[in-house]
Amino acid sequence: MKKIIFLLLLTQTALAQVTYERILRAENEPANWLTYSGNYQGHRFSPLKQINTANVAALKPVWMYQMRDPGKVATSPIVVDGILYVTEKPHVVTALDGKTGRPLWSYRRPVPPDIRGCCGQPNRGLAILDDTLFLGTMDSRLVALDMRTGKPRWEVTIADYKLGHSITVAPLALKDKVIVGIAGGEFGIRGFLDAYDAKTGKLCWRLWTIPGPGEPGRETWEGDSWKTGGAPTWVTGAYDPELNLLYWGTGNPGPDWNGDDREGDNLYSDCLLAIDPDTGKLKWHFQFTPHDVHDWDANQTPALIDGTVDGRPRKLVVTANRNGFYYVLDRVTGEFLRGAPFIKQTWAKGLDAKGRPIRLPDTFPTTDGTVVYPGIGGGTNWQSPSWSPPTRLFYVMAHDGQRQTYFKNKEEYRPGELFEGGGFRNLPGDEPPGAVKALEAETGKVRWEFKTHSYVSAGLLSTAGGLVFGSSGEGHFLALDAESGKPLWRFQTGARISANPISYLVDGKQQVAIASGQTLLVFGID
Amino acid sequence: MTPRNYFQIVLLLLGVLLFPQTQRASSANQPAQGAQGERLFQSQCAGCHGPKGEGGSGPTLAAPLLTRATTEESLIKIIAEGIPGTEMPRSRLDREQIKQIAAFVRQLGQLPPERVPGDAARGKQIYETKGFCAQCHAINGRGGALGPDLTAIGLRRGARHLRTSLTDPEADVPKSFGVFRADASIPENFLQVRVVTNDGQRLGGVRVNEDTFSIQFRDAAGRIHSFFKSDLTELHKDWGKSQMPSYRDLLSNEELDDVVAYLITLRDAK
Repeated sequence: MKKIIFLLLLTQTALAQVTYERILRAENEPANWLTYSGNYQGHRFSPLKQINTANVAALKPVWMYQMRDPGKVATSPIVVDGILYVTEKPHVVTALDGKTGRPLWSYRRPVPPDIRGCCGQPNRGLAILDDTLFLGTMDSRLVALDMRTGKPRWEVTIADYKLGHSITVAPLALKDKVIVGIAGGEFGIRGFLDAYDAKTGKLCWRLWTIPGPGEPGRETWEGDSWKTGGAPTWVTGAYDPELNLLYWGTGNPGPDWNGDDREGDNLYSDCLLAIDPDTGKLKWHFQFTPHDVHDWDANQTPALIDGTVDGRPRKLVVTANRNGFYYVLDRVTGEFLRGAPFIKQTWAKGLDAKGRPIRLPDTFPTTDGTVVYPGIGGGTNWQSPSWSPPTRLFYVMAHDGQRQTYFKNKEEYRPGELFEGGGFRNLPGDEPPGAVKALEAETGKVRWEFKTHSYVSAGLLSTAGGLVFGSSGEGHFLALDAESGKPLWRFQTGARISANPISYLVDGKQQVAIASGQTLLVFGID
Repeated sequence: MTPRNYFQIVLLLLGVLLFPQTQRASSANQPAQGAQGERLFQSQCAGCHGPKGEGGSGPTLAAPLLTRATTEESLIKIIAEGIPGTEMPRSRLDREQIKQIAAFVRQLGQLPPERVPGDAARGKQIYETKGFCAQCHAINGRGGALGPDLTAIGLRRGARHLRTSLTDPEADVPKSFGVFRADASIPENFLQVRVVTNDGQRLGGVRVNEDTFSIQFRDAAGRIHSFFKSDLTELHKDWGKSQMPSYRDLLSNEELDDVVAYLITLRDAK
C-alpha cells in the first residue's frame, strides 16, 4: 500500500512538471495556458469551444481577484492544472485557485524607490518550465520561483536599473533556457536579448540588438550614437521548434524623435530578429522602419503561420507593425513577401519590393511640430494580436484615424534620464477611435473591423468557439463573432483594460480571464 | 469673506511681495536662456496662452503671480506634468528646456498686466440678471450644467478669449482632450448631440459620457438621457456647435466688458 501511495505521489509530481515537451504541444492540452501567447507560435488562440457563438450571450463573471496595490495591470496569466499564476504590481506573483479565485501563495519583493520606467510599471506575465516560474522585475532582475510555493530559487541582475533598464516582458522558456528581453528605449539604453539557464540562472548568451564596433551593422549608426541607441526587446516573441528559430521584435532607436545625431538605418532597431536559441546567433533580420523618428517599435508578438503566397506554400511570419503596415515574411529566410497599410498612415508612400518604406517628405518631427498618422500609439503596439487557424484570419487591435503632432528637440544623453529628443501632442478636438481588425493573413486585406469609441490598450484572443475576445477603450470586455466582427457579448469591467485575454479549463469547464484596472476577472458559463 | 478666502488673499499678497525679487534675480543672470525660452514658448505654449502670454484658450501668464504656480519649482512641475483634468498637457521637453520656458514665463510676469476694461461688480449683476448665464453655467456649485463650470474661469481663460466667447460662442468651443485617459472618463467638451430612437423619438442635449455601446446626454431641462446605440437609428455629433446665444446684440459693449471683468475675477482654484 505504501508503495502504491509513493508511486501515486511520484506520478502527481511528474504531472505537475511543465516540461518543454508539454509547451511544444500546447495545442494538445487546451485546458492549460502554458506560455505567454498560449503556444510558441505566438497565436493566442484557444482550441476550446465550450463557449461559442451560440452560447456566449450567457457568459458571466465566475470570480474576481482584487490586487492590493494600485495601478494598471497588464498580466497575462499562466494556467497549469486549474491554478492561475499572475503578476501583480509592484513585484508580486500570486497563485490563484481557478475554481474559487482564492490565493494559494504570494511572492512579494520590494521595489527600489528610484526605479525608472517611461510608462508606469507594467508586467506582462510569467514563463514556466518544469516546476519553476520566471519573473522579470522593474529593477531588471530575473527571478525563478518554485511554482508550488512561490519560494525563490535563484535570481540574477541582468542590467543596471539606474540607467533606465527594466523588465516588463513575460519571459519565454524553451528547451532548458529562459529568454528575457529588456525595456528602456526612452532612456538611451543599448538593447539586448538574453538567455539564462533555467536551472541555475547562469547567462547562456546575450544578443546585443545594436552591433558593437567591428560587427556588421555598426556602420548604420553615426559616431557613438550606437551606445545609446535603444532597440529594446520588451514584448515576448515566438519560436519555431522545427526551424529551431526564435523570433523577437526590437523597439525604437533612441533618442525617439530626433534622429539628427544617429544618421543611418540604425540596425537592429525596429526589426524582427530570427535567432538561433542555442547560441544567440542572429540568423536574419528584417527592419520595418529604418531610421525611425516616431517611436514606432516593432515589439509586437509575431505570429508563425503556414500559408500560400503567389501559389507557393510557405512558412510565414506575419505581424501588424506600430508604423501602420502589415507584413508577411518568409520565416525561413526573412524575405519580404507582402505588405500593406492596415490603418490610415501619412508618412510613407508605400513599401518597395524589399519591404522598405518609401518615405514621404516633411514627415519628420520638427521643433514646431509635424502632424502624422498614425499617432504615438501607432497602428498597434503591445496589444496581443491573435491568429485563428479555423478562420485563417489575423486579428489585430488597431488604432485607426489617430494623428499626433510630433516634435523634436536637442537632448544630451544623461545616464538614467529620459532620452527622447522630442515629444508629441494631441490635436485638440480629436477623439481617436480604436478598431479590432480581421486581416486575411496572406494579403493583409481587411475582412472586417469593429470600431471602438476610443483608443484601446488591451489585446485579443481568438477561440475555436468562433469568437474573438477583446476590449473597448472604456472598460468593456467583449466577444465578437470571429467571422463577421459582430459583437455578441460584453461586460463593463469598470476600469480601463491594459491586459491580454486567455482561456483554459477549470474542472472541465471553459473560462476566459482578463485583468482590468487592478482586478483579475474570470468569466464562464454555468 | 470666508476664512479660506482670507487665507488665500494673505498668501497672494505674500507671493506678490516675495516672488518678484527672486524671479528678477534668476532671469537677469541668464539672458541667453530667456531668448531660448521665448523660442520654445512660441512653439510650445503660445497657441493657447498667446504669443505674449496674454492669454487665449489658456489663461494669461502675463501676471506677477500665477495662482497655480507660485514658485519656480511648481511652475516647472506644471509645465513638465500638465494639469490633470484641463487642456494643459504634460510636456516632453527636457528639464533644461522647461526651465528656459519657465524663466521666460516669469519675465512675462514683469510686463504690465493686461488691462481689462469694465466693472466687475456690474458684470456680476449682468451675469445674474439679464445675461441669464447661470441657467447654463455654474459658479461654486450654483447654476446649470449645460456649459462649462465658471468657478475658476479666470484661471483658465484670457480676457480676449472670454469676450470672443460671449460674442461668438462657436469661434472656439471647448475641445476634447486627453487621448490617453487613465480610466473610463467623462468628456468635458460639451458636445451637442442629437439622436433619433428606434421608436422615432427625437432628443438632444449636451454629451455627458459616451462609450462604444452607449451615450449619455443632458437635455435643456437638465434631464439625463441614456441610450444604448443599438436603440438609436440616428446619432449626430454637432462638432463646433454651441447652444450658447451670441451676446453681441443682447449686451452693449460696456456691458460685455463688465461681464469679462467679472469672469476674470473668478479664480478660485479649489
